[in-house]
Amino acid sequence: MIKIEHLNKRFKKLHALADVSADIPGGSVVSLIGPNGSGKTTLIKCILGMVRADSGNIYFDNKLVHKDFKYRNRIGYMPQIGRYPDNMKIGQVLEMIKNVRGISEQELDNDLYEAFDIESIKDKSMRSLSGGTRQKVSATLAFMFDPDVFILDEPTAGLDPVASEILKDKITKEKRRGKLILLSSHILSDLEELTTDIMYLNEGRLQFFEPISTIRDITGEKRLSKAIAKLMQHGFSKDEMNSTSTHQTRIVS
Amino acid sequence: MLYDILRSKVIIAYTLFLFLITFSLFQLEADPGKAMLSVLNIVLIVVPLVSMVFSTIHYFNSYEFIELMLSQPVSRDKVIISEYAGTALSLSAAYLVGVGVPVCLYNFNATGISVILGGCILSIIFCSLAFLASVKSRDKARGIGAALLLWFYFALIYDGLILIILFTFSDYPLEKLTLVLSSLNPVDLARIFIMLNMDVSALMGYTGATYKDFFGSGTGTIYTFAVMLLWIIVPLLLATRSFRRKDL
Repeated sequence: MIKIEHLNKRFKKLHALADVSADIPGGSVVSLIGPNGSGKTTLIKCILGMVRADSGNIYFDNKLVHKDFKYRNRIGYMPQIGRYPDNMKIGQVLEMIKNVRGISEQELDNDLYEAFDIESIKDKSMRSLSGGTRQKVSATLAFMFDPDVFILDEPTAGLDPVASEILKDKITKEKRRGKLILLSSHILSDLEELTTDIMYLNEGRLQFFEPISTIRDITGEKRLSKAIAKLMQHGFSKDEMNSTSTHQTRIVS
Repeated sequence: MLYDILRSKVIIAYTLFLFLITFSLFQLEADPGKAMLSVLNIVLIVVPLVSMVFSTIHYFNSYEFIELMLSQPVSRDKVIISEYAGTALSLSAAYLVGVGVPVCLYNFNATGISVILGGCILSIIFCSLAFLASVKSRDKARGIGAALLLWFYFALIYDGLILIILFTFSDYPLEKLTLVLSSLNPVDLARIFIMLNMDVSALMGYTGATYKDFFGSGTGTIYTFAVMLLWIIVPLLLATRSFRRKDL
């Protein structure tokens, strides 16, 4: 559904994305992981057309994304740090986006609006909101229009445990409905149960993009975070992995 | 799509300021013609400055809004153009009320109308320039810096440069050249346009006659408007073009 071809992006000296290619099929839940500054947010912003790549193409349903903006109708985006006009109220922001999207009230998905009880705080101005409340508003906006693709940049960061659970339940629900969900996160355990594929970025390079089952097979680890840690240390190669593990067993025995 | 009605305080203050200045100038001067000259001088300095600074600050203050819009299915051109339209409209509205109303009350004639029109166009021109400066610069400080520099250049430095050129090459026929040179500065253009409707062009001395010949005529007026229109459109086009490629 989203196809990325040889994407390159430089910010002055920093090579934020180096020849990233990937084909993300519909219906999967992809966890985009990597250390801080590895290019996760840049990649996401490239897909949304907010950052223009130096070279390479991104296709959304076989259409080039920088030619057209209408594909964003089908994406719900939750930014890492939601930044909203300070002098607007929550209700106004929601109304404004509804206007822009031009979707009728009946079609709206108000699950999160109700679950986070946005109704009771809709007259608060954006300026006065805490980080967590902002995240709630961002999440509500991302899920409100029932899009086909969800792009969630560190969705649970800054949310309290209750809200975080609500959001996870919502993501699970959308996953069951066959939506494509692209999550970025540096804490894996949080979203481990949901993920079907892992995309690992490091210093702008795509190290691997594999289904979870493959990763478990290769590393022989049940727990995903351990498996990933192992992959980070040893790189993605089956033979090498096996040889190091036998080596380690030998030392232990 | 105009969602920007929310920055009225500064605009209202600006309107009041213009209104008070113009009004008191008319009160102080017995002769409305002389008062118009003072109004003109203030308009030529203050209007570009306020337009520039306000537009730049407004652009950077609505950065979050722009970011939010661009994650939605809205084209970049639409976002920047509606931002621009909102700013340019409110600035010219402020000018129309602040200067337009007292001028209409005290001195409603060709001069008055040309002052109103000229100032209005100047507001829009400098709003365009400010948008270009802000889109090109990365943060607020640089943006305002660039805007102020442009203002300094057009309002003060440019005149100095022209004087130097005129002095240095005073042995040559410079009429044509000065015509071209004044087209390169919207403030100059507005000044000439208004002055010629004021019948004080004799004050302009040396090249006054040439100006009167050219700018006073019908073609001259059309030419002035065309050049001013270019001053609005070109920076705006450049701004939209670089905004299309901008990373947010």
